[in-house]
Amino acid sequence: MSESFDLGKLIFGRLTLESFPFHDPIIVATFIMVALGGSALLVAVTRAGLWGYLWREWFTSIDHKRIGVMYMILGIVMLLRGFADAIMMRLHQAMAFGDSMGYLPPDHYDQIFTAHGVIMIFFVAMPFVVGLMNYMVPLQIGARDVAFPFLNNFSFWMTASGAILVMLSLFVGEFAKSGWLAYPPLTGILQSPGVGVDYYIWALQIAGVGTLLSGVNFVVTIIKMRAPGMTLMKMPVFVWTSLCTNILIVAAFPVLTAVLAMLSLDRYLDMNFFTNDLGGNAMMYVNLIWIWGHPEVYILILPVFGVFSEIVATYSGKRLFGYSSMVYATVVITILSYLVWLHHFFTMGSGATVNSFFGITTMIISIPTGAKVFNWLFTMYRGRIRFDVPMLWTVGFMVTFVIGGMTGVLLAVPPADFVLHNSLFLIAHFHNVIIGGVVFGVFAAITYWYPKVTGYKIDEFWGKLTFWFWLLGFYLAFMPLYVLGLMGVTRRMSQFDDPSLQIWFQIALVGAILIGIGIFCFLMQFYVSYRKRDQLRDETGDPWDGRTLEWSTTSPPPQYNFAFTPRVYDNDAWWQMKANGYQHPKEGFLPIHMPKNTAAGIVIAGISTVLGFALIWHMWLIAGLSFVGLIGAIIAHSFNYKRDYYIPAEEVATVELQRREVIA
Amino acid sequence: MSQSVAVNSNLDFVVRDHHAPNGTLLGFWLYLMSDCLVFAALFATYGVLSQSYAGGPTGAELFDLPLVALNTAFLLFSSITYGFAMLQMQQGKKHGTMIWLGITGLFGAAFLAVELYEFYHLIHIGAGPQRSAFLSSFFALVGTHGLHVMIGLIWLVTLLFQLSKHGLIQENRRRLFCLSMFWHFLDVIWIGVFTFVYLMGSMT
Repeated sequence: MSESFDLGKLIFGRLTLESFPFHDPIIVATFIMVALGGSALLVAVTRAGLWGYLWREWFTSIDHKRIGVMYMILGIVMLLRGFADAIMMRLHQAMAFGDSMGYLPPDHYDQIFTAHGVIMIFFVAMPFVVGLMNYMVPLQIGARDVAFPFLNNFSFWMTASGAILVMLSLFVGEFAKSGWLAYPPLTGILQSPGVGVDYYIWALQIAGVGTLLSGVNFVVTIIKMRAPGMTLMKMPVFVWTSLCTNILIVAAFPVLTAVLAMLSLDRYLDMNFFTNDLGGNAMMYVNLIWIWGHPEVYILILPVFGVFSEIVATYSGKRLFGYSSMVYATVVITILSYLVWLHHFFTMGSGATVNSFFGITTMIISIPTGAKVFNWLFTMYRGRIRFDVPMLWTVGFMVTFVIGGMTGVLLAVPPADFVLHNSLFLIAHFHNVIIGGVVFGVFAAITYWYPKVTGYKIDEFWGKLTFWFWLLGFYLAFMPLYVLGLMGVTRRMSQFDDPSLQIWFQIALVGAILIGIGIFCFLMQFYVSYRKRDQLRDETGDPWDGRTLEWSTTSPPPQYNFAFTPRVYDNDAWWQMKANGYQHPKEGFLPIHMPKNTAAGIVIAGISTVLGFALIWHMWLIAGLSFVGLIGAIIAHSFNYKRDYYIPAEEVATVELQRREVIA
Repeated sequence: MSQSVAVNSNLDFVVRDHHAPNGTLLGFWLYLMSDCLVFAALFATYGVLSQSYAGGPTGAELFDLPLVALNTAFLLFSSITYGFAMLQMQQGKKHGTMIWLGITGLFGAAFLAVELYEFYHLIHIGAGPQRSAFLSSFFALVGTHGLHVMIGLIWLVTLLFQLSKHGLIQENRRRLFCLSMFWHFLDVIWIGVFTFVYLMGSMT
């Protein structure tokens, strides 16, 4: 009897029937909806006979363009989950006053705000930003692919694997209740004995491997694979900001890996890094996680600064104002982002001297950022501005981001921070810069580059609707939080006594609903544009009269991007080529050397998911087996030496002439 | 790897292979620098916690310097023998390369064996990683280095098989270069560990 019990424990670890949250009607209803939706999708894909196509052309593809699109889809799916969390919190807080407890038990509420933060940063903003870089960086530098195409596919699947673990935590067990950075000692084994923190740790560790590897990949791609003539100071600004972002990824993510590894040693092996007794020091965790965490916010914002630079130049019909100051500002921000981490915990006792240093470095960051805003404004000045949807997002961004930046400078003043820290003012500030910056930037980029990816534009009406709902929704949802923060309302509270505060939370709920409509319009624009694709079709490959190399190839670009590698003489390479009456070559095509698709990425990431799940639930047998399987799969992959092939010249010629014929 | 410029290149475009020259080496070097930051975080943590004995044993009481010096010698010699393997590789001698790689692997295995013995001994006398924050950070730092050596050994053995199967082809040369960087990198980290943890720890 006892033996069979032990066997069950060895296989299932901590996982029992009680681990499934049947008692919570909200989760059960969600599960039923997800299960129905998911099976409907599976049935639809099976009926259409698409599995083989998806496997060959997408899942195992190492084409940077396909991988970029998969990142964007992952980001959109996770945005829906993250937004569901957000609207639940808004609804709850608008209700939970006085005698009303709201509809969420405090325990569940804590999981929701943690999951919301983790998902929005790691599985929405990061996939969006990495997806954009994936698609656009090789095209903008005139390359055929990234430096390590297989690693690129592997990185995507590791990110997806982390997302899968977070999603699983909703239905199997629980998620962390600790806030998105999981400070110990609250996340130590004594205070959080459940699986929530373990889900957090392993989801981020697995996704972190993917992010780090794509960082390495893009730095090498940008340094080594630019078209001839494209010196560093002739790179498009988006490539520059991507380079800085990826340097930040390489320099910041290892610290996250290390600090989460130490937290797991505390939890799994009873070590004492961050515990309250036996010499542990929880402040060490807070320092290390923010040494990663502050660069992380610049990892997210720098690429969209690049996006706005591209858009503002294109739609103003002018060269970007102050190219070199833009580059230097980006580099200065990159360096400074390492010197400010302590402003996240001014109140935790570092003392006046240290606080002053970090307060001042933080304020200094606003100078290069301000320079960028002026550069964008001066680019628009006397330009022939076309207010297409990407430009609307850009102007919306400039206004919103400047407000968020200024509240950031306020928070950078240590005495002010002592009053405002941990309040809703802070929440309003970082949503102001992340929604007003990153989200607006990503949506602008999607609208701007959509014709390049699909061959047809996004329907303008639904694009504008998306913009206006998001803009109004944002202001209604977050300006009240500034007010509440100034009144001293702290974050992460699940209910309040003072009824006079309720009206502000209700306004914020209205804002969140408007954002929800914005998300609906965002999805509708894809549907409507797809239905109207014949009217919206762009056959030139250059619908906006663009300036950079991605517009010089056809839409969507062929697998090899460029039949011939362009020579670059100018920052706005394609603009200059057009001015010189560039003609696409019609003959002399040569075979093109390409990397082969491989299933290794999805297989290794799949095993990692199993390993992560087994470690979370202490299923030691499965953990051991999958670990050995993981090492074995990596070694097996290293024995594959046949990783490339040639596209024959005739095929290149056929593809090129067909595509160009449509244009002519 | 070569950037071949064909006859029909002109002022507007060139014909070239898409591979970046030495891209893998740069990429691997970047990965090593990121790994270096993992160690930086562990060193910093050790720096903060190295006096937090919680009433338990101190480094001066625990460290057996002659044993660690022997271990250091193993690792430093293994770097030299790896260098010999690379010299053989450059002369195109497959067997010489494999023999020196094998010797490197033996030194690496000896290093790991001594380290495991040291850990076993410490845990046995009640100075395991759970005893104090100092010991947690010690085991994490030294153990992470040891884990890297372990991975290096698995890689080395895999590479021996690949060398015997395919010989000194371009891909294998590149892999030998990468493992070489990895191995020397671990040596450099160990010098930091030996100085910062063992020598300075024995003095306090």
